[in-house]
Amino acid sequence: MDYLLQTTGYIFQGAGVTLKLFIITLAVSLPLGFLCAMGKTSKVKSLRLLMELYTSIVRGTPLLLQLFFVYYGLPILIPGLRFERFTAAAVTFILNYGAYFTEIFRGGIQSIERGQYEASRVLGMSYSQTMLRIVLPQTVKRVLPPVSNEAITLVKDTALVVVLGIGEILRNSKEIVSRDFTISPFIIAAGIYLALNYLLVVLFRKLEKRYAVYE
Amino acid sequence: MNREMISAKGLRKNFGNLEVLKGVDLTVSQGEIISIIGPSGSGKSTLLRCLIHLEKASAGSIHIEGEPIVTTSAEGVVHTPHERQVRHRCRKLGMVFQNFNLFPHKTALENVTEALLVVAKQDKKQAEIRGEEMLAKVGLSDKRDTYPCYLSGGQKQRVAIARALAMGPDIMLFDEPTSALDPELIGEVLQVIKQLASERITMLVVTHEMTFAREVSDRVIFMDDGRILEDAAPDKLFTDPDHPRIKTFLEKML
Repeated sequence: MDYLLQTTGYIFQGAGVTLKLFIITLAVSLPLGFLCAMGKTSKVKSLRLLMELYTSIVRGTPLLLQLFFVYYGLPILIPGLRFERFTAAAVTFILNYGAYFTEIFRGGIQSIERGQYEASRVLGMSYSQTMLRIVLPQTVKRVLPPVSNEAITLVKDTALVVVLGIGEILRNSKEIVSRDFTISPFIIAAGIYLALNYLLVVLFRKLEKRYAVYE
Repeated sequence: MNREMISAKGLRKNFGNLEVLKGVDLTVSQGEIISIIGPSGSGKSTLLRCLIHLEKASAGSIHIEGEPIVTTSAEGVVHTPHERQVRHRCRKLGMVFQNFNLFPHKTALENVTEALLVVAKQDKKQAEIRGEEMLAKVGLSDKRDTYPCYLSGGQKQRVAIARALAMGPDIMLFDEPTSALDPELIGEVLQVIKQLASERITMLVVTHEMTFAREVSDRVIFMDDGRILEDAAPDKLFTDPDHPRIKTFLEKML
């Protein structure tokens, strides 16, 4: 019993790190995605190209490779730019998920009918007022399902940071597994991932319901 | 009564190689109610959209209450004032669309108050009083908290009219306001427009409702192929038009 409590506690310590990475990534990559989506739908061609370059590179290469690149590659490329392990992971995840959110939001923004812009315009609203008050709120509703998908993927992707030796859920479980020759930590880890994702599903379901008051 | 509200001269608009307006001259005086009729693709809607700068004219000039929206120099260079200035000048115009274009994430009242809050910078209470007044005007006080998806087409269009009126425009533009409606809902929208007409709000109505055009307008403009073919009093245009083209069109419509 004591043993179980101890190991579970250790894995939960890892869950704290996982959760921290998850929250930081979402909190920064969602606004980043919104901003980049605005760039991608803007009239400025150079901005659109820049965003295109960003999303193509990030979405076209493995997240694992990006992790290695930011942690091991950047310090060689730009001497002096050396991230601490967790920071490197957070930066990579933010840039990676930001790119996916950019594409999701771009699709959402472009799905808003032209009539909405025209109605705002003839009422005298500026472009930024139109985006903030008319287009983005409607976009949020439309992108909720894909964003919820990404959030769930993110919970599981955090496990990739094992390769940098960050003590999150998976690494802590694996440590115990190798030490004690038991697979129960893996089951506990799976349980924690499942529980986290279940919470997310419930949360997004609630959000979708709240947005269901209008069509 | 003779104040010039809109003045358009030599207005041209092309989309790529397609010339939709081929030189339109139009003057609208205060209090005038003008219907614009004509076959599809004749440039009626494009004309309205150019006046309120949803489309930028390719040549010619537009003045709203004497202030330029578009001007063209003798050398043929089209000039528009600064975007903010154009937006400000176009606030003298209100527009109602064929497809309503209500904001789906806002209730009927919020649709009406939105621009009052963010453009006219009224405080919430003031805007709501004005909004309720406008909803009452179109007979929809009981729908103030209803989202557009629960409104009928006729009700949607009436909210859209209330929304445009709330900003206190001097001139109302209606772009086929009843074309997207089920036949039994057309009446209630036309009723509201007629009521506005009786208040002598200056308006331009692009419509296919011939009876309405004849009853309500001071002038009827017939457009065909990007030009104004005839601009006359309704009785003249409907009974004795100058152009045989108009006669054929009216025969088909009635």
